[in-house]
Amino acid sequence: MDRRKYLKTIAISTLGATTLLQSCDIEKPDSAKVDPSFTIDRTPQELAREKKLLSERFFDEHEMKTITHLADMIIPKDDQSGSASDAGVPAFIEFIVKDMPQHQLPMRGGIKWLDIQCMKRYNSDFLSCSSMQQTEIIDEIAYPEKAKPEVEQGVAFFNRMRDLTATGFFTSEIGIKDLGYQGNVPNQWDGVPQDVLNQYGVAYDAKTLAESVKYS
Amino acid sequence: MADFQIKKTPKDYDVCIVGSGAGGGMAAYVLANAGIKVVLLEAGPLYDPAKNVTQLKWPWESPRRGASSPYRNFGDFDAAYGGWELEGEPYTHKDGTKFDWFRSRMLGGRTNHWGRISLRFSERDFKHRSFDGLGDDWPIGYSDVAPFYDKVDKLIGVFGSKENMPNEPDGIFLPPPKPRLHELFIKEAGKNLDIPVIPSRLSILTKPINEDRGSCFYCHQCNRGCTVYADFSSSSVLINPALKTGNVDVIPNAMAREVLTNTEGKATGISFVNKDDMQEYTVNAKIVVLAASACESARLLLNSKSSRYANGLANSSEVIGKYLHDSTGASMNAILPKLVGRKRYNEDGVGGMHVYTPWWLDNQKLDFPRGYHIEYSGGMNMPGYGFGGGIQNSNGKFPGRDGKLKEAGGYGASLKDDYRYFFGASINLAGRGESIAREDNFCEIDPVTVDKYGIPVLRFHYNWSDYEVRQAKHMKETFAEIVDAMGGVITSGQGTPENNYGLEPPGRIIHEVGTVRMGNDPKKSVLNKFNQAHDCKNIFVVDGGAFVSQADKNPTWTILALSMRASEFIIDELKKQNI
Repeated sequence: MDRRKYLKTIAISTLGATTLLQSCDIEKPDSAKVDPSFTIDRTPQELAREKKLLSERFFDEHEMKTITHLADMIIPKDDQSGSASDAGVPAFIEFIVKDMPQHQLPMRGGIKWLDIQCMKRYNSDFLSCSSMQQTEIIDEIAYPEKAKPEVEQGVAFFNRMRDLTATGFFTSEIGIKDLGYQGNVPNQWDGVPQDVLNQYGVAYDAKTLAESVKYS
Repeated sequence: MADFQIKKTPKDYDVCIVGSGAGGGMAAYVLANAGIKVVLLEAGPLYDPAKNVTQLKWPWESPRRGASSPYRNFGDFDAAYGGWELEGEPYTHKDGTKFDWFRSRMLGGRTNHWGRISLRFSERDFKHRSFDGLGDDWPIGYSDVAPFYDKVDKLIGVFGSKENMPNEPDGIFLPPPKPRLHELFIKEAGKNLDIPVIPSRLSILTKPINEDRGSCFYCHQCNRGCTVYADFSSSSVLINPALKTGNVDVIPNAMAREVLTNTEGKATGISFVNKDDMQEYTVNAKIVVLAASACESARLLLNSKSSRYANGLANSSEVIGKYLHDSTGASMNAILPKLVGRKRYNEDGVGGMHVYTPWWLDNQKLDFPRGYHIEYSGGMNMPGYGFGGGIQNSNGKFPGRDGKLKEAGGYGASLKDDYRYFFGASINLAGRGESIAREDNFCEIDPVTVDKYGIPVLRFHYNWSDYEVRQAKHMKETFAEIVDAMGGVITSGQGTPENNYGLEPPGRIIHEVGTVRMGNDPKKSVLNKFNQAHDCKNIFVVDGGAFVSQADKNPTWTILALSMRASEFIIDELKKQNI
């Protein structure tokens, strides 16, 4: 059986097993009443919390614009995929600071720090600076090991901003495709592909081959 | 009429089980299949992995991208509700010590979360005092439990390999999956260092074993619960089949308050508060089986005071709550430079490691008395919250695609490419070791604090000893050797005396056991060798509370085997009309 065909078979048998099990189940779990806006299991307490967080707003318009601009500087569009904002990173950051309040003060204060630095140097907030000025200030805080002591606060902010942008981007549909992650699909693991074993000069020993589950 | 009244559940049962995790699920399964009428109280909601689905979902389907939340401490996709803190259900600490208590109130309990690592205790694990003079021996040995391990293997399914290692008794195994790429490197490093690296032993079906359960389709997500029941969780594998016998009633959201007793001192049932209507209820049964978790069962017994049982029920020994012990844990992260820029393919595999290291050294030649095993992870895993975090700590350390070192941190197209470049190049090594059970590590009833149901809460007192700290030091040294042998570079988890060599606080490994221990001497133990209370013959405790000692193994497989053994004993005793 070729691989494509048998993956299809697994998908069907998987589905079949689920249906079979559901039909003979006795009681319906309370928390199985899934809210239409969520595709993952949510308990009533979780749903209440999600709705509350989603109804609140933390960042103001200026802050959101700054976050969007910074996120796109950190992860720009390239020949492989779109930018951070194409992948919805700003909305993710807005949510996550409400979900994890420990991010709130460093993010809000960090944006303020950046604006004040720009006001001092260029008489303009970060967003209104020229792109050359923006690059100049970001270059000073984006490289922790060569940053000057007087911009340490900026470095800490930019590290956080970089982390949140990377997480937001690479957990999005665009980002996962970009990364080339191949999993999260039903399959039958039959070991490391032969060309990869060859590339690294490793092989399965006889005991492993004899005792392991086989699919070919 | 009074506003407050206690409602009696109309039906009388043979057995009332408190808790639906590994111990309670197994008791319900065995008893119900023997025709015994069972009522199963669970303090949380019903749950079925086929219906409460997070499996095969993508990170963007969670607004927090799978990060942990107050309601799911192990992440938004984890099957287990709850965590170390529950709203309205506090616990306290004595003398400034630390213990973190993980609770998952839901059908199946903490079997919804665990790594499915299913290891047998060895003969030495039951008789450790005879080997090193520390702790106590169990009143039973490997030969008492082996037939039940066999039955559990066949009933639930576990993969593994025959190794003939005295400390790792072989079971009845399904074939294991082949190692992933980084696991082949670990095996190679182990060979060079004389450290065994063998196929892991996980309760995941690599082959179908019956009509009700599918087999593994390698999504790497056992912690999310399996929609085809290809891994073990108490709800899908034990409780659902038990319900089909028609002999079990499950009462969800039933928070047990105390074990009820009559004037002769026999247990008559359980009083509980129903979390849905906040009303008080009682349920009557001939036998009470506690499986609420080591600490929760101890709490229940200690809270079940009467003039006859002034120290708490079944506690004439005053041992309940004492000898609390968790596994030790310490870990290390590293990058394997040979894996940067690697070819992409699906290497999800099963939900956990394909290889592990069982304890391999002789403690008589070491400065700590008990062993540990090593769990490995790594590979091209599905990104989640935290992906790419702290890249400034690694992207300046290794040459990039062009062979040149670059400045750490950065932004823009070059940084974007770094995330791709480092994807799948990290590994993690985690030790899980045995600690010594001590009388002065305990939980007790806090004299002043109650939870939102008015139930007095637990207060913990727990300290690690030098034994555990020295064991953690040894773990870190071993991890560093393995990383080095693989040509890797440590990125975090360096051990120092100041950080106790990264030894996790007690409770973090969630293997706590020992609070209601078994023994032959009623003065020094709570239960006899069949998990039956010395003081009260119709009370049994079938969770980790019954353990005399932890091993360098995860406790679940032994909880299951002992619960099955105790349940068969109950069936026999009922037949003989001894209870």
